[in-house]
Amino acid sequence: MTSMEEVIMKYGYYPGCSQTGSAKEYDISLRKVIEKLGASFDEINDWSCCGATSAHVTNHKLSSALAMRNIMLAGQQGLENMVAPCAACYNRLVTSQYEISKHPELREETEELLSAKFQKEINVINILELFLKIGINKIIENRKRELSELKVACYYGCLLVRPAAITKFDDAEQPVSMEKIVESTGAKTVDWNYKVECCGAAHSIARRDIVVDLSKKILEDARSHGANVIAVACPMCHTNLDMRQRAMKRTYPGHEELPVLYLTELIGLALGMNEHELGIDLHYINYKYTDPVPDNTVA
Amino acid sequence: MSANDLKATKKLQASFISPTPQTGPDQDHINSTEHIREHTIADEISERTFQDVSLCYQCGKCSAGCPVRYYMDIAPNKVVRLIQLGFYEDALKSDTPWLCAGCLTCSTRCPKEFDLAKFMDAVREIAIEKGVEIKQKNIIKFHKAFLDQIKSHGRAYEVGLVAEYKMKTMDLFQDVDSAPGMYFKGKLGLLPHNIKDRKGVKSIFKKTSGK
Amino acid sequence: MKIGVFICHCGENISRTVDCPRVARVCESYPGVEYAIDYKYMCSDPGQNMIRDAIREKGLDAIVVGSCSPHMHERTFRNAAVSAGINPFLVEIANLREHCSWVHDDVEAATQKAIELVRMAIEKVKRDKPLSKINVPVTKRVLVIGGGIAGIQAALDTANAGYEVVLVEKEPSIGGHMSQLSETFPTLDCSQCILTPRMVEVYQHPKIKLLTYSEVVKIEGFIGNFKATIKKKARHINEELCSGCGLCITKCPTKKKAYNSFEEDLAFRPAVYIPFPQAVPNIPVIDESVCMYYKNGKCGMCVKVCDRGAIDFDQKDTMLVADIGAIIVATGFKLYNIDKKAADSKYKGYGEYGYGKYRDVIDGLQFERIASASGPTAGEIKRPSDGKVPKKIVFIQCVGSRDDSKGISYCSKICCMYTAKHAMLYKHKVHDGEAYIFYMDIRAGGKMYEEFVRRAIEEDDVKYIRGRVSRIYEENGKYIVKGEDTIAGMPVEIDADLVVLATAMIPQENSAALARTIGIPYDKYGFFNEAHPKLRPVESTTAGVFLAGACQSPRDIPESVAMASAAACKATILLSSDTLEREPVVAKVNEDLCAGCFYCKKVCPFGAIEVKDVKDMNGIVYKEVAYINQGVCQGCGTCTATCLSKSIELAGFNNEEIFAEIAAL
Repeated sequence: MTSMEEVIMKYGYYPGCSQTGSAKEYDISLRKVIEKLGASFDEINDWSCCGATSAHVTNHKLSSALAMRNIMLAGQQGLENMVAPCAACYNRLVTSQYEISKHPELREETEELLSAKFQKEINVINILELFLKIGINKIIENRKRELSELKVACYYGCLLVRPAAITKFDDAEQPVSMEKIVESTGAKTVDWNYKVECCGAAHSIARRDIVVDLSKKILEDARSHGANVIAVACPMCHTNLDMRQRAMKRTYPGHEELPVLYLTELIGLALGMNEHELGIDLHYINYKYTDPVPDNTVA
Repeated sequence: MSANDLKATKKLQASFISPTPQTGPDQDHINSTEHIREHTIADEISERTFQDVSLCYQCGKCSAGCPVRYYMDIAPNKVVRLIQLGFYEDALKSDTPWLCAGCLTCSTRCPKEFDLAKFMDAVREIAIEKGVEIKQKNIIKFHKAFLDQIKSHGRAYEVGLVAEYKMKTMDLFQDVDSAPGMYFKGKLGLLPHNIKDRKGVKSIFKKTSGK
Repeated sequence: MKIGVFICHCGENISRTVDCPRVARVCESYPGVEYAIDYKYMCSDPGQNMIRDAIREKGLDAIVVGSCSPHMHERTFRNAAVSAGINPFLVEIANLREHCSWVHDDVEAATQKAIELVRMAIEKVKRDKPLSKINVPVTKRVLVIGGGIAGIQAALDTANAGYEVVLVEKEPSIGGHMSQLSETFPTLDCSQCILTPRMVEVYQHPKIKLLTYSEVVKIEGFIGNFKATIKKKARHINEELCSGCGLCITKCPTKKKAYNSFEEDLAFRPAVYIPFPQAVPNIPVIDESVCMYYKNGKCGMCVKVCDRGAIDFDQKDTMLVADIGAIIVATGFKLYNIDKKAADSKYKGYGEYGYGKYRDVIDGLQFERIASASGPTAGEIKRPSDGKVPKKIVFIQCVGSRDDSKGISYCSKICCMYTAKHAMLYKHKVHDGEAYIFYMDIRAGGKMYEEFVRRAIEEDDVKYIRGRVSRIYEENGKYIVKGEDTIAGMPVEIDADLVVLATAMIPQENSAALARTIGIPYDKYGFFNEAHPKLRPVESTTAGVFLAGACQSPRDIPESVAMASAAACKATILLSSDTLEREPVVAKVNEDLCAGCFYCKKVCPFGAIEVKDVKDMNGIVYKEVAYINQGVCQGCGTCTATCLSKSIELAGFNNEEIFAEIAAL
């Protein structure tokens, strides 16, 4: 028999495709951090792609069915909640579930496509909600060091907080929850303007020019507000802000690199893990956290 | 919606511009005994998005906040306007829906609570269904390649995606930035992650594409 | 009982589809009907004479007229009946025009229906009882709630007509929002210059009793006979003794302790203050929340400097009761702000404009103060954050207004005009500055209004950009305003020094609560409802309560003033009679049957129902029953339908009468 504590700390887990490839380090760091904080994951069996941007921009029924397939799997697995660490997956999943609960005709069509009935609503949560649920205090309690050298620009991107009516999470224009989590690592956060501006998202490959421009603006706004690192909670944001800095250097000669870390990596650093364990060395922009030199002058 | 809708649209456009319409869909209706209004593309969009396109009062706040506005041929609000007025062909041919990044900024800020991002989804969807020629070919090819990955593996396999995209675009040198780097760092696996129920996922594609 | 039936052809309006002679013929055979006849125009003089003659000659006791709607000619036929000696409430109208001939085209069926309608009226008139009009006395005093321009105008007009006025204002001075304005559109008159003489006139008027820093807490009674309870908040200054010298204000050590709300928080004030130099009355108020004396019992500087001994720390709120004949509500508006709202608020804030965190993103009233010669910058256009003169200024219209997502669907009506004025004032003061206005539509309906807007564009080079602004954020001391010119189809980004938001006009904070206190209906926003949108725009649905100004919906100064004069006129019409004659169609409680559940009290939309003690011979209360105030009751019948013990009867429409009508069908 499981204790109350364990029940609460167990979460359904929907990794999302990126987590198995380009965002491997997000998956690695998330799992390690969760374990350190005493929570655990129950991965959705045989989960599939949520459909992502490509499905919803081309076929609304396909999009609904691909996302709902996973929600239904979670239900069959007896899960109440499900963490989707990728902001884009999270958004597809909550939106699809919201829409079929609002529109019976779409629900019918989707059920027909999946040859199954939608029976149980799953509480899909994003990465920020996960840490708020686990508790900021847990991070502080388990902290091995304070990341006092960091001035973090928390980047929410588009899909964590929008649309407010569906996500019902934080504030769509001036969110603050990531700041609360980041500050629990001992890092400082900066107030900046581009925390919910879009990085270009799915245009990363087909219209890299757009992504480079938009991401450059985001990086520069963070820098001009005093940030020395950007925290993200979405593999797409990370790809565009981190990896695209290579192309940025060509388009914007003289571009200075700015490290971009997953929120989970920041927490991992505070919990005492090193860059390699957390997969930070897989980033395009190399990053190593250096503790401040102890001030001996007082002694 | 009939397959000839776009043609009908053209006629509607002509009647819209010409002060004394000689022909047009309305003319047919007057002569016919059936007084049934034509099911227009605007109606179709309203149905698919669960919101009436007449909600939009053209304030332009969507365009004002759109991060990709500068790359678009026409403003997002104008796409809605074209649909409202029945200039369907111009709307469906526009770059704008394809450049929409789906960031939901417009939908979040719309004073009429019109979900423009969802509207754009429907415009793209109908453009594909109607076989409208789209200028943003690479974007379409990307989405196609992405969906092909899901169709065959159940998940997006990034190596396969990039490879297929390159084949489709014949742009073999783009993305030299990321892919090799990712191979070196061991991020990208050489084999796709196949899910077990690939048949189930394939059948969704089959049913929705009608093939 | 002898009943006469008169069927009108209404020219051909009725007779085209209803066989009128046949209706008369058939009705004549009904029991109780003594006489029946049809005629081309029953409302004409010969027609009316026909009725009178028939009553006299046939000795009729009651009549039924089959004609047009009772809204049209019920009174005509009642008067005719009265002149022939019949009680007016023994006249019933069967509506054969609007309810029959106009809406049918089958003659046979319409005639059949007309016969049935007349038969219903016959059955009702058989049971009708003679009623007589109710007379109520009138108290010749008007209560005006709100001392802004509407309240001031209403008070002056009423007082000049010779009636006493009690003017209640919640702030320490009258003047309202108009006193805060720099200049007014479209003439660019100095607002205070035209307003302050009126304020003084109010103060000096022998017929006006001015109660500032006071609030209406209770209204009882009914038309002509209200009783108002007014709370006079403690000023802590003896109004009789104070000479208004202002020494206490200059000597108060809490110099900048509180935000100056008259200056829209752009300046500070000490604990003892008058809102502005031209305040009426010119008597300060001590703000307990800031005053050191109330904190620690020390200081008392004001006491030391006041040579008239007017400071009174022990002063308490007092309650005043006044008998009132009519009420004019003129509580005005406030501005919506863009701050983040609580989750349960009916409004939402503008996160995209920073939720009010930027000091140089201000609202229209703040700009008025900045532009005002008596304001915190002495009329120099300077921005709040650093006092610099803005070289690029952006005005944004429709902030909150016409925005369903923020909870306000209506147009605030005055913003187009005052924004044009603001831009003009700016350009007149900062010649090398650039002024941009983001708008959705320019609504400049009004005398010289459109011309005024064109002047801003053509003469003062104000740049109008059609489109809503999506976002404002700060970058290096500039405010980046992201918009789209929807006419050019081009994105627009302006790095402004100062941004002025034309925020929506919304009702005063407690408008809904005040409406409930007075007993008047209000809309979902909290604006008070007029009795009829076209024909009774300044009356509320509660008899004797009138509306003036922006408490009813957004409106500008000339409209508010016109409405105030109209309300004053309505009130004086009411007060011009010594007694009020009211229709006797009111509800009455059978006290023996009443169980005292008071469901009726809950549903009465007019607050006409009170609790009445029934006493025995020794004067001991043995039960409570409902009592319907005949002066307040509007005869709607809601209580009658609600009453569980069937103990309420509506005169002229009692159950017996209604059931007889239905049974006749």
